[in-house]
Amino acid sequence: MVRIDGNGGGTSLIRVRNLDKAYVRGGQAVHVLRGLNLDVEEGEFVAFMGPSGSGKTTLLNLLGGLDLPSSGSITVAGDEITALSAAKLTAWRARHVGFIFQMYNLMPVLTAFQNVELPLLLTRLSKAERRAHAEAALELVGLKDRIGHYPRELSGGQEQRVAIARAIVADPTFLLCDEPTGDLDRASADEVMDLLHRLCADYGKTILLVTHDPRAAERARTLLHLEKGALVEAVKKHEA
Amino acid sequence: MKFFALIWRNMARKKVRTTLTIGSYAVALFLFGLLATIQTAFNQGVDVAGADRLVTRNKISLIMPLPVAYKERMLQLPGVKEVTYASWFGGKYQDDKNFFPQFAIDTDTWLRVYPEFKVPPAQWSAFLADREGCVIGQATAAKYGFKIGDRVPIIATIFGGVWEFNVDGIYTGHRQEDDVTQFWFHGAYLEERRQWGKGMVGWYVIRVKDPDRAIYVSKAIDDRFANSSWETKTETESAFASGFVKQMGNIKLLILVIGTVVFFTLLLVTGNTMAMAVRERTGELAVLKTIGFRNGTVLWLVLAESLGYAIQGGVIGLAAVKLYTLRGDPTGGMLPLFYLSAGKMALGLAVTLALGAAAGIIPAWLAMRLRIVEALRRV
Repeated sequence: MVRIDGNGGGTSLIRVRNLDKAYVRGGQAVHVLRGLNLDVEEGEFVAFMGPSGSGKTTLLNLLGGLDLPSSGSITVAGDEITALSAAKLTAWRARHVGFIFQMYNLMPVLTAFQNVELPLLLTRLSKAERRAHAEAALELVGLKDRIGHYPRELSGGQEQRVAIARAIVADPTFLLCDEPTGDLDRASADEVMDLLHRLCADYGKTILLVTHDPRAAERARTLLHLEKGALVEAVKKHEA
Repeated sequence: MKFFALIWRNMARKKVRTTLTIGSYAVALFLFGLLATIQTAFNQGVDVAGADRLVTRNKISLIMPLPVAYKERMLQLPGVKEVTYASWFGGKYQDDKNFFPQFAIDTDTWLRVYPEFKVPPAQWSAFLADREGCVIGQATAAKYGFKIGDRVPIIATIFGGVWEFNVDGIYTGHRQEDDVTQFWFHGAYLEERRQWGKGMVGWYVIRVKDPDRAIYVSKAIDDRFANSSWETKTETESAFASGFVKQMGNIKLLILVIGTVVFFTLLLVTGNTMAMAVRERTGELAVLKTIGFRNGTVLWLVLAESLGYAIQGGVIGLAAVKLYTLRGDPTGGMLPLFYLSAGKMALGLAVTLALGAAAGIIPAWLAMRLRIVEALRRV
């Protein structure tokens, strides 16, 4: 269940209340998000669409604890992240959020395996355990045979799949995807969307996706539109 | 150690820049090691000076002699335990390049005043019994291949002619820094053969009973010979050696200035390198912070990279200079104690680490303070 009216029940994994975000640009306050409410239950796949500047990425940054709101609150799995200190927010991010970016953002000097292993370096897992987890994640995205390849040796679609493996390797509470297909051709984009859909359908991952691509958005269970900093509609769809 | 792969790969990503940076450290540390070695070599006399030894020379100049008769008169002064003397021979072996110091010594007292020098008793006895005998430091003996029983011709540049000596002994030092390049022969032999300057010696070395009273003893010696034809100047062996070095200029200051300029330049170069590295990797650092790397971890990653350059370059530079100094004195005898001590190498490594930390701290701080959202926008 996804709601934008602020009346979601206590079962929501993500609960956003009266979220405001404003920046000061050239001495003037620019309101990016205004009084936004959102409730997302566990296992949902939500796509956010909207024109440039509508606040999609800002919302994603706030949900991922990368930025702080001007006012309002965000609660994830019972933790009000807007009240956490910077250090605690960093630890929370490592534990609860998997990020997938438009430009993949892999470390070019590390192999696919080493890129996927990165989030696990922050855990207390042994080297053998880290290896097992990273290999499992790469196997899940269908790239176990490219384990020793560097990003420059992979196609765009493969790079994005490595990025997805990196995002899921520490088993985060939810995934945040910022235009994950924006830099891919159609076939690769479909592969990535298939993978995200499978993560939600088969593994129960909660996924929040920002996209300009209607075909990508179609794969989400719920499509939300952002306009001028507010969520204006929620369309419940059939499972793709 | 978990982050070693990431640090190492980041260092290796720009091979030319990394090589040049490490090379800069290596050259600077080579220079540091060389300057430290030269300073040690210049200061060897100061460093090994006995706390209980005084040196008495002619008040006018070191090259002016003193009467040999002063020995007995010095021994009568309170606080004086032992007196020996030596004269500079100034010879050369075969060629001008083959320089090593030759001293005509008072064989009766020399080893009692310089207990740090060791000569096997049998060799010393043979030397005492041989008027044309000599004892050579092991470094000089090794350099020229002198062995016991050899006959060594020395061209006397001051006294004229070629003097031949029998190698009766080879001496060693207790400590690494002891000078084992000298060539000793009988003062009596010099007295016998020379045509001029008879009855004179170059300088005296006095051993005092109580080092705490050395200053009073030195004053008593100079007072004893005041207003004579051969007035004296007496000082501690350390001050004498230090004054000898100062004749060549303020070596320590010179080395300090050169070292400071080199290291400051290195700091600017490596600091700029690290700043460039961080600037180029803004997006990657933001991603690390996004996936949960703490500020302190990011700071440490950048700092570790800077330290990595420094350590590699430092080790290469110090190893190179150590190898260079193992070949011995490159000046042909001017700097007989030409070696890089473990202490100086440790100091070099400490300086390297400090430079690495200093070069990396500002870029590391900026990386730590990086705002994720702004940095990701730049990717």
